[in-house]
Amino acid sequence: MILDDFMTRAVLAGVGVAFAAAPLGSFVVWRRMAYFGDATAHAAILGVALSLALHVSIFAGAMAVALTMALTVTMLTGRGYAMDTLLGVLAHSALAFGLVAVSFLSGIRIDLMAYLFGDILAVSRGDLAVIWSGAALVVGLIGWRWSALLTATLSEELAYASAINPRREQLILTLALAITVAVAIKVVGVLLIAAMLIIPAAAARPLSRTPEQMALIAAVIGAGSAIVGLQAAYALDTPAGPSIVCVAALVFLGTSVLRSLGAGRGS
Amino acid sequence: MNLITVENINVGYGANTVLRNVSLAVAPREIVTIVGPNGSGKTTLLRALIGAARPSSGHITQKPGLRIGYVPQKLHIDPTLPMTVERFLRLPGRTVRAACAQALERAGVPDLLQRQMSALSGGQMQRVLLARALINEPELLLLDEATQGLDQPGSAAFYRQIEEVRKETGCAILMISHELHVVMSASDRVICLNGHVCCEGTPEIVSAAPEYRALFGSGTFGALALYRHEHDHDHDETCGADHAHHHPHSHKKTEAAE
Repeated sequence: MILDDFMTRAVLAGVGVAFAAAPLGSFVVWRRMAYFGDATAHAAILGVALSLALHVSIFAGAMAVALTMALTVTMLTGRGYAMDTLLGVLAHSALAFGLVAVSFLSGIRIDLMAYLFGDILAVSRGDLAVIWSGAALVVGLIGWRWSALLTATLSEELAYASAINPRREQLILTLALAITVAVAIKVVGVLLIAAMLIIPAAAARPLSRTPEQMALIAAVIGAGSAIVGLQAAYALDTPAGPSIVCVAALVFLGTSVLRSLGAGRGS
Repeated sequence: MNLITVENINVGYGANTVLRNVSLAVAPREIVTIVGPNGSGKTTLLRALIGAARPSSGHITQKPGLRIGYVPQKLHIDPTLPMTVERFLRLPGRTVRAACAQALERAGVPDLLQRQMSALSGGQMQRVLLARALINEPELLLLDEATQGLDQPGSAAFYRQIEEVRKETGCAILMISHELHVVMSASDRVICLNGHVCCEGTPEIVSAAPEYRALFGSGTFGALALYRHEHDHDHDETCGADHAHHHPHSHKKTEAAE
């Protein structure tokens, strides 16, 4: 069967993450939440350690910690600390506590590198099911709230005036972020999740005229990067997750150059 | 029946009370202006009206099914967010293209439909925001210092547009303004706010009130002189004063006063 091939499973995993990351990443870019995504992802390593200790699924553990982290930051913001200070404190301490917690785990030797940088080539059928359900959930959630999320992103007051509660929309994005982090850990790892969120969306910006176009183009760029990156990793014997991110970064470079050429022509 | 009634609301942030015992009401087709110095709670009051700030006590009642159009002070669109004017106008959903075009027409900028929001000038942006507020045929239009950042001819033109809109649609208007000459020429009623309602009434009554003078009388002699001039002017003319003529005139006087 086709899913028996590890390469096919890897491509499917990468494409699944790219689909979830595209609309969410667009909002991360528009709302300047890049560091927020980073911090949530770093915290997930603590979730990995906890789930190994408690013998629950990595997905559940990572998701629970990512969600707790994101909610804590959302609640604490505006209570005397700047957002980036809070994120810095919480993200790095969660990462540190996670790494320390992992060292206490006796018995099983775990490959920490696999969670920091992802191990997309080791994706199983079960992982694929988790990744694609998670991606479908994220895309469904964001698609369902799309107009409200956009309005809340533009202006809090405009949202209130349209009977939209911007705090609820923020919560939905936070939830989507936690799900994405949890499903992407296996694919690109904790350290590169933010790259999958931000780089395809940023690369899509010069090519789009509307928010919907940007999210769609970001999905195409993300999925394309996953496919090309994996082929490159196979051919050149390079690490798979970072290769995917490198391809996306090159696309970003390309569209940025295109934009500056376009700006030069005055279009 | 009033479109919106505010009864004795108190609004604060943390321990800080911004509005104390504020009451007001807006009747259909009325133009009400709120004036007040910086930090007087004008914007907080408007935020309370749209539901963005919750009063700690008191009540805000709306006419059932009231349609509100809200024009914010300004809108910063992040350059990373691609957004055409048309997409922006259709944001609430279920808005058809013809309605977008009509709203832009009403707001005086019919040709902007395909432009990027981030490429609009300040004046164009304010009119697009006005168009968005008009799109659901509001009965009450809320304007939060909608001409901040526009030069004087620009804001005069904007307020002329607002008058046009009221003539055409018959909506009531509640606006915040620090531009006293605009307040005087266009409002049915002025509410002078400084944490609480200092005084309230027709432009003539408010301008003569000692509370108002205490707030605006010192340090703004130019504006006050201008305002008094307009005050006389309004008395000299009949109700059907030609506003197109009126505004450029006041503009000239302001420059003279400064």
